[in-house]
Amino acid sequence: MTQPAHRPLGALAGLSLLALIAGTLSLTIGPSGFGFGGAGEAGRLIFWEIRLPRALLGALVGATLGLSGAALQGYLRNPLAEPSLIGVSGGAALGAVLAIHLGLSQQLALALPAGGLLGASAALLAVVALAGLQGGPITLILAGLAVSATATALISLALNLSRNPFAAIEMVFWMMGSLADRSLTQVWLGAPLMLAGMALLLTVGRALDALSLGEDAARSLGIDARRTRLAIVAGVALSVGAATAVTGVIGFVGLLVPHALRPLIGHRPGLLLPASLLGGASLVLLADIGLRLVEPWADLRIGVLTALLGAPFFIWLVLKTRSELAP
Amino acid sequence: MRLAADALEVRLKARHVLRGLSLVADEGELTAVIGANGAGKTTLLRALAGLIPIAAGTALIDGRAIGQWPRAQLARLLAYLPQERTVSWALSARHIVALGRLPHQPLGARESAGDRQAIAAAIAAMDITALTDRPVSEMSGGEKARVLLARALAQQPLILIADEPAAGLDPAHQLQLFSHLRAFVASGRTALVALHDLSLAARFCHKLVLLNAGRAIAAGPPAEVLTFAHLSAAYGIRAQYRTIDGVATVLPLDLLP
Repeated sequence: MTQPAHRPLGALAGLSLLALIAGTLSLTIGPSGFGFGGAGEAGRLIFWEIRLPRALLGALVGATLGLSGAALQGYLRNPLAEPSLIGVSGGAALGAVLAIHLGLSQQLALALPAGGLLGASAALLAVVALAGLQGGPITLILAGLAVSATATALISLALNLSRNPFAAIEMVFWMMGSLADRSLTQVWLGAPLMLAGMALLLTVGRALDALSLGEDAARSLGIDARRTRLAIVAGVALSVGAATAVTGVIGFVGLLVPHALRPLIGHRPGLLLPASLLGGASLVLLADIGLRLVEPWADLRIGVLTALLGAPFFIWLVLKTRSELAP
Repeated sequence: MRLAADALEVRLKARHVLRGLSLVADEGELTAVIGANGAGKTTLLRALAGLIPIAAGTALIDGRAIGQWPRAQLARLLAYLPQERTVSWALSARHIVALGRLPHQPLGARESAGDRQAIAAAIAAMDITALTDRPVSEMSGGEKARVLLARALAQQPLILIADEPAAGLDPAHQLQLFSHLRAFVASGRTALVALHDLSLAARFCHKLVLLNAGRAIAAGPPAEVLTFAHLSAAYGIRAQYRTIDGVATVLPLDLLP
């Protein structure tokens, strides 16, 4: 079997268009009716206070997750890698949960994302201290697992010790991930970090292409292994840390999007970066629109919806792999 | 360009893998490193490609220490083909070969006419035209080996370092590979390969370096290196160097008791 001729630029243009449409729909669709907010003060408020932050966050967080997933899969040369692997989303979740547990979030709304950012930074430092800047992908995976496991244990501890059932529920809900009820302030808090992280990740395309041939071959092609590792770890930490701090944990996007788009761009890890950025933004925006349109889903968290979408995708992946491996 | 090592010493995890090793690979010559499994062939090649640090001695490319060359500049003049032939994604042969152009492409640049020419020449040289659009996941071991070697050729290096490039190739493609390596060095370039097939080494290489436990126990033209005494010392076998119809070959007879 031969691959069809690939038109990577066509695929990227198609994905850009999809993201643009999803963004426009996200700004114009909602329970209060179709259009850019509608007339009067109420319409203006709906647009600026509800739809705009939600659409911006959806696009940014989706882009961050898709891009980080593609970068980590390329660097670790493993299609099962995902953004939470290096421990920063666990760290961000722990930081936010602690902000709730200690009652800080009740005094100051921004304490939640701020706690998330602090947690993500602490997780990043721990991962770098454990894995070092030299060394292969396997140390990074192990360090990420160790940090994630620690964060999960401490989150469970906070939940367990929580005397206030409302606080416990708030923690659990926060961890499910949501784009609802976020303000532009939260967008301004997270956006610069997410954009900086994404900019870093977009520089490693060549290195990821070369790494397809293994580490020695990549270095002999002039790739700086240390710089690549640093850019990946810092880029994923900044962007995913900030995204998780603002919206909570939205799973599966970073795993599913690169997987689904890989055949479209001829399996090239470098091109998969911009493709997954656009695909991730589109997926999260469209999932969020779906939540608004379908009445019984209104209270569903987006992290729950992406997990519900992710599980059958995995089952399909198992069946596909099984049929490919069949004699 | 000349590749030269003198009194080279390499340690991996505190273990001496190479000691007191001297070697010269001159331009216009095909030089092969031979030796039993674990003798240090791959370590030597990796050290000379600047991939692992040198503990003592010198390793020079064109008279300049390997560590002194900026990585990007080195990548434009030296290609390294690892022994391991894993390609992580289902890339097509064309995309793999095109990776050899990375050192020559400015950041963000698209393929130039020169790039396309180098890629086409490498694809023709390795006889992989029929494979260009096929994903690597659907190639045989020998096909993959040729695609990966084409990648190194597309890099248009002055020095080629290849670790067991002939392993897994059928006899016809082995002969083709070596006639290309000869043509490569005949154009004034340098090639250093690690080999297990002693007959190919005897027939096609200008110079051999025989490694045993991290030291060079013989170096020179094939007929001087592939002697009964050297082969029994390095491999623990009885073997004969012969010439059949003008073609040099090595015939392993049996294990030494």
